[in-house]
Amino acid sequence: MKIHLKIWRQENAGADGRLMDYELGEVDENMSFLEMLDSLNEQLIARSERVIEFDHDCREGICGQCGVMINGRAHGPLDHTTTCQLHMRTFRDGDTILIEPFRAAAFPVLRDLKIDRSAFDRIIQAGGFISANTGQAPEANSIPIGHEMAESAFDSAACIGCGACAASCKNASAVLFTSAKISHLAQLPQGKVERELRVRKMVAQMDAEAFGGCSDTRACEVECPQQISVANIARMNREYLTASWFSV
Amino acid sequence: MLNAKIPEGPLKDKWTHYKEHSRLVNPANRRKLEVIVVGTGLAGASCAASLAEQGYRVKSFCFQDSARRAHSVAAQGGVNAAKNYKNDGDNVFRMFYDTIKGGDFRSREANVYRLAECSLNLIDQAVAQGVPFAREYGGYLNNRSFGGVQVSRTFYARGQTGQQLLLGAYQALMRQTAAGQVQTFTRHEMLDLVLIDGKAAGIITRDLVTGQIERHAANAVVLATGGYGKIYYLSTLAMGCNGSAIWRAHKKGAFMAGTSWIQIHPTSLPQSGSHQSKLTLMSESLRNDGRIWVPAKQGDARAAGEIPEDERDYYLERRYPAFGNLSPRDIASRAAKERIDAGHGVGAMKNAVYLDFSKAIKEQGEGKIREKYGNLFRMYQKITGIDAYHQPMMISPAAHFTMGGLWVDYELMTTIPGLFALGEANFADHGANRLGANSLLQACVDGYFIAPYTIPNFLAGEINTPRPAVDHPAFAEAEAAVRKQLDLFLNIKGKLSADHFHKTLGALLYDKCGLARNADGLREAIAGIGELRNSFYRDLNVTGDGLLNSELEKAGRVADYLELGELMCRDALSREESCGAHFREEHQTKDGEAVRNDEDFCFVSAWEWMGAGKEQVLHREPLEFENVKLTVRSYK
Ligand SMILES: Cc1cc2nc3c(=O)[nH]c(=O)nc-3n(C[C@H](O)[C@H](O)[C@H](O)COP(=O)(O)OP(=O)(O)OC[C@H]3O[C@@H](n4cnc5c(N)ncnc54)[C@H](O)[C@@H]3O)c2cc1C
Ligand code: FES
Repeated sequence: MKIHLKIWRQENAGADGRLMDYELGEVDENMSFLEMLDSLNEQLIARSERVIEFDHDCREGICGQCGVMINGRAHGPLDHTTTCQLHMRTFRDGDTILIEPFRAAAFPVLRDLKIDRSAFDRIIQAGGFISANTGQAPEANSIPIGHEMAESAFDSAACIGCGACAASCKNASAVLFTSAKISHLAQLPQGKVERELRVRKMVAQMDAEAFGGCSDTRACEVECPQQISVANIARMNREYLTASWFSV
Repeated sequence: MLNAKIPEGPLKDKWTHYKEHSRLVNPANRRKLEVIVVGTGLAGASCAASLAEQGYRVKSFCFQDSARRAHSVAAQGGVNAAKNYKNDGDNVFRMFYDTIKGGDFRSREANVYRLAECSLNLIDQAVAQGVPFAREYGGYLNNRSFGGVQVSRTFYARGQTGQQLLLGAYQALMRQTAAGQVQTFTRHEMLDLVLIDGKAAGIITRDLVTGQIERHAANAVVLATGGYGKIYYLSTLAMGCNGSAIWRAHKKGAFMAGTSWIQIHPTSLPQSGSHQSKLTLMSESLRNDGRIWVPAKQGDARAAGEIPEDERDYYLERRYPAFGNLSPRDIASRAAKERIDAGHGVGAMKNAVYLDFSKAIKEQGEGKIREKYGNLFRMYQKITGIDAYHQPMMISPAAHFTMGGLWVDYELMTTIPGLFALGEANFADHGANRLGANSLLQACVDGYFIAPYTIPNFLAGEINTPRPAVDHPAFAEAEAAVRKQLDLFLNIKGKLSADHFHKTLGALLYDKCGLARNADGLREAIAGIGELRNSFYRDLNVTGDGLLNSELEKAGRVADYLELGELMCRDALSREESCGAHFREEHQTKDGEAVRNDEDFCFVSAWEWMGAGKEQVLHREPLEFENVKLTVRSYK
């Protein structure tokens, strides 16, 4: 099939960007979306032009490195699907596809479609861990954890850190990401010891980055490749409230 | 002569003995010692965090935009540990034996025993970090059996075990970063190793955003840079996985071992066209209920459903009645290749075999199959558009895991003093074939439990040596070489992309140095790679500038693959036997089974770089087996 592309090109964080038009004939419907971009880049190289920079690595939906806005939606038209798992059979012959980087003040554009998501690392650094040094661990079965609780903690822990939540939120909020980690750890007995400090520090870091607040539109949940639920946000708010009581 | 430095004493006491006698560094001195850890996968992140917890200063590097994205994240199946929670007779010795045998008796007893021994601690450590492993209803840890062993020792977190283990290690790393013990450098690629007086003194990196070339000095350097299976281009690895860090260390004097031992996984999605960039792994667990077959008639063009039962060849069940569809990876992959090459392949490119669930669905009901494999069937449909409840899946072999890597001794130190290699980047524990769920384990054990003893043992001797300075001429020289190479790539201005060379090399290697090899083919491949390399330096086109430029990154990786691929072929050519993943067609029985040669080849091949344009020299580390008897692996 034939596809028209409008792709955001930007030299660096400080430069202005703009949309550029490209035409691609002979797109195989079995191609993944990123393979379609690969083939466009092959053409650019043949014309000795600079390629389109985009982030990706595993190409199987788990590393969280890929992610662009496709026709205005984070990771494209399918719910709960990363950009790398989107295939061209989702589009029709003759379609025009608009491709832009994830937009959030906390995710500056580095070049073309590549962005800087290090703010997420800093939120984890603030407290997204259990302080267990190597060698301190007790025998694993000495901490029984109910099946349901383990499954529920897993549901929160499954986040791949792609940033689609912040990119699809009109306030560019990072609450889904932050709350998923807080919930994962707060649900487990091992994580309870540090829960108050953790929630306070992580929320403070989230606010210190350029992320906005949550106005409960739930757009994030729809785009999340791992279907992280907004129930995590409610859990984070409860944790935060409890922690604030303790701190006064 | 290679010295593996294996401690004295009975097998089960060696590691304890080592730990009791290894040298220590006092806490005040630890602050003065700096360690560079390249890689933030399970091996690198766990090593960096553990050393930082002890008080060493650590610099951590990865090429992704966050440490959490290292390819360990993609492991699905699980991680082995001899906990014996199922009371089914598992123990450290049994796990050791399974691993040695699985590796076709081409690994070191002492290393493998230690791996099994430390597996117990790993599960404890991961649980303490909050890894949400599967649980039974009573709250205790659940596990399952995996890959042809008779006990249940594989722990898992749904189909995302690697991700959950990695997040545990990543969070420990982030905690040490916040504490100021670790400096993390993301989107940085190591481009050279710097040696001063024959010892590892630091690295040269490139900041992948600004293009800046940087010098980093340290008292010890750790490479935990993962596997190089991406050399085949089509593989289950991530796009950025590479052999560059270890290859550049090799060119500075570190020996490469088991270079051609690469596991080709039997159940990946087949290639569907020339555009394809990656082969997605389908979990091996599918083989528990799926039956593998091809049409008995060559070139049969009928749809699967139209081929009657008696015209289907269930070739694994036919050839290996005892293990059938659950035959080990190397055997299942080779049998598939044999059928595909004989003209029985299916799918648009005739490069696949069927994995059929109709019998299981008939017997157990669709609901049961959906419960067990629902997520995998969904993933299959997402990628191929095919509903596998009503049509058989199509699968084919794909390059997956490198048993080979930098040669290391018992301390995980390479032949360069002060340079350590951990995880998939070293050759140490899997012999000629890796057992499922053992490599997450190895990466973790190397990083959490071994390197934090062996690196201090080395550093204890470095307290009085001044830390290498980045203005030393050795750094200037290495930096200049790196700059020269980058300029070269940018200025060839030919017609062909780096991917073009990568794909061509990959196809050549898969054909001649993949599932099956023979002397003529390997010689042809060596010649072919030489020509391809010449063409690369003449016809490559890297567009763009020296700043953020993914084409420039690829060019460096492909340049290294073009040398590494040749060594793979030489390694395969020199080994006149079939063992594990290495199947030499000249060495097989009448019915196509591997023939190992313990008389002449019971050693590790370690290769020394002799300079550009010269052939590497082979060193042999003899393998001595005192605790197991060498047997023929038979799955008939
Ligand atoms: C799809 C898939 C499924 C798997 N499933 C299982 C399983 O179920 N069980 C199991 O036991 N094993 C499994 N494996 C194997 C296992 O995941 C790996 O062997 C293991 O995770 C490797 O860990 P590592 O830390 O050595 O390397 P990696 O996790 O690959 O990390 C490599 C690190 O090195 C960095 N790096 C590389 N080169 C450079 C450079 N030049 N400069 C700077 N940084 C660099 C990368 O950024 C990354 O941080 C699977 C593998 C794959 C591909
Ligand atoms: S490339 Fe890893 S999630 Fe898309």
